[in-house]
Amino acid sequence: MNLSLIISIAKSLLLARWKQTLVAAIGVTFSITMFITLLSFMTGLNDLLDGLILNRTPHVRLYNDIKPSEHQPINMDTAYSGGHNFIQSIKSGNSRQEIYNSATIMRTLNNDTRVAGYAPKIITQVFFNDGSIDISGVVNGIDVEAETRLFHFADYIIAGNAADISRQANSIVLGKGLADKLLVNIGDVVQVTTAKGELFPLKVVGYFQSGLQELDKVQSYASIATVQKLMGKPGNFITDIQIKLTNLEIAPPVAKEYASLFNVDAEDIQTANSQFETGSSIRTLISYAVGITLLIVAGFGIYNILNMMIYEKMDSIAILKATGFSGRDVKRIFIVIAISIGFFGGLVGLLFGFGLSYGIDQIPFNTASLPTIKTYPINYNPMFYVIGSSFSLITTYMAGWFPSRKASKVDPVVIIRGK
Amino acid sequence: MGNTILEAKNINKEFHDPITVQVLTDINFSVNKGDFVAITGKSGCGKSTLLYILSTMDTDYTGELHIDGEAMGNKKEAELARVRNEKIGFVFQFHYLLNEFSVIENVMLPGLKLNKFNRQEVEHRAMERLKMLDIGHLALKNANQVSGGEKQRVAIARALINDPFIIMGDEPTGNLDKKNSELVFDIFKRLAEEFNQTLLIVTHDQSFAQRTHRIIQMEDGKIIA
Repeated sequence: MNLSLIISIAKSLLLARWKQTLVAAIGVTFSITMFITLLSFMTGLNDLLDGLILNRTPHVRLYNDIKPSEHQPINMDTAYSGGHNFIQSIKSGNSRQEIYNSATIMRTLNNDTRVAGYAPKIITQVFFNDGSIDISGVVNGIDVEAETRLFHFADYIIAGNAADISRQANSIVLGKGLADKLLVNIGDVVQVTTAKGELFPLKVVGYFQSGLQELDKVQSYASIATVQKLMGKPGNFITDIQIKLTNLEIAPPVAKEYASLFNVDAEDIQTANSQFETGSSIRTLISYAVGITLLIVAGFGIYNILNMMIYEKMDSIAILKATGFSGRDVKRIFIVIAISIGFFGGLVGLLFGFGLSYGIDQIPFNTASLPTIKTYPINYNPMFYVIGSSFSLITTYMAGWFPSRKASKVDPVVIIRGK
Repeated sequence: MGNTILEAKNINKEFHDPITVQVLTDINFSVNKGDFVAITGKSGCGKSTLLYILSTMDTDYTGELHIDGEAMGNKKEAELARVRNEKIGFVFQFHYLLNEFSVIENVMLPGLKLNKFNRQEVEHRAMERLKMLDIGHLALKNANQVSGGEKQRVAIARALINDPFIIMGDEPTGNLDKKNSELVFDIFKRLAEEFNQTLLIVTHDQSFAQRTHRIIQMEDGKIIA
């Protein structure tokens, strides 16, 4: 179909006006570069912020909530079952926070293929005694090994060793903010008063910094055994089971299933952290919108330059048509011009975009709240490059389509006689 | 009549803008193979308009046009382009070379478009024609680096590249000085006499027209002689 001839004519026309061509191509290059960089940086940041919460949040959490019983005695009395019973001043029952039959539940979880892993946990309120001041705080009894594997616990230990809480009896890892308030160093002993009023000495073996300061001012971690001892509970006492699933999306139905299966409360990650999902999707949306706007602006640049080129090349178009090139051939020539600007401009843009995001990746980024991050976060998702290159081709095709249609409609007689 | 190259039957054309004007009225004539025909007449008599209809570039007319026995009336734009490419060679008043290309590439373009020969053959044919017109030495120059007379000869070489049935010229000498006009005329004459090439030339240059084999005289959109 004579495509090589069309391409060679397009090439000659392009090179004859190489400065204009260059300007158009630079427009595309710039917009693709910014598109790639913006999305890589923005989603890198998104992943970082989401990770801050989501990495440490279980997909499904099993626990026993303190709440009034759903089955009030009056409703069970057959004498009153016919009417609607109004009950006033209901109080939450003295339900135990303990998860019953935790060992059986964990055995079931071990056999469930949807479960990537689980970590048992005890959460209890305590007071940290510092001279005359009592600071309220929370002690989490955790299985360090499972917690590190599933929720990156060790990443957030900024001093000391996470494993020490399981190796040393009566040891604790304090939140950085809490340690600062208590003025304790690693190796010091802090006094803890339990809710039942018992005083308990614990040895500090490390600091913990999550990046969320409010959390760091109240949280502390100890082994499950230590907390059970603290509370005077037996070895099977557990208040929470944190489950990580293989697929985050199925968390809500799984939570519902477990709630009825194990007769506990179950909370899924989507319910617990819906605001993070919303935030990151909107940030991504904005980045795409800005990137695509840049490309469309570049498209208008190409449109202008092609339009100008067509006015300049009216004579050439007329002569091509007079010597036997059809309107379709002429249209193809200008489409090829537009696409090649988009192709080469886009290709260089992809390289520059990669280079620029790689550069940003090298810039030091140290912040107290993010101990694991050393440089600006960048997401090198190949999808951005695919979207960027296909979009550059699509916009330049669109930008070339209207001018080339105009070129194909040039009436050679008008041009040739007009002289 | 087996060697009729071009035949026009009852061709009428009107311009509608700003008011309807009858430009061509009932044009009937035919051109045979090997004819060297000049269409003459005063400015505005419709001779160029007629030429563009005959060349298939203008399709807004009534009547019938046959080129090489084929009716042009119902053909699509792309098919007409093919006819122009294969069967008609053009020479315009203003040489209309493509400045982005060298002289030989200008000559080659319609040949490449026709795609009957491969690139080397087209190049060889283009060179033959340039040499025949004594401008072989210009082959590699840029189209805008050669003089007006030379450009017109390049344009003739381009018109010849696909061995057309007919060469059409619209005032091919109108923009040239005496010497170059003579040169171009001699080429046309040589083509007609030596190569039996059919030529249809629009001109208002009477001395040019006098020396052709046949003159079609036009006035007010009609053929008068």
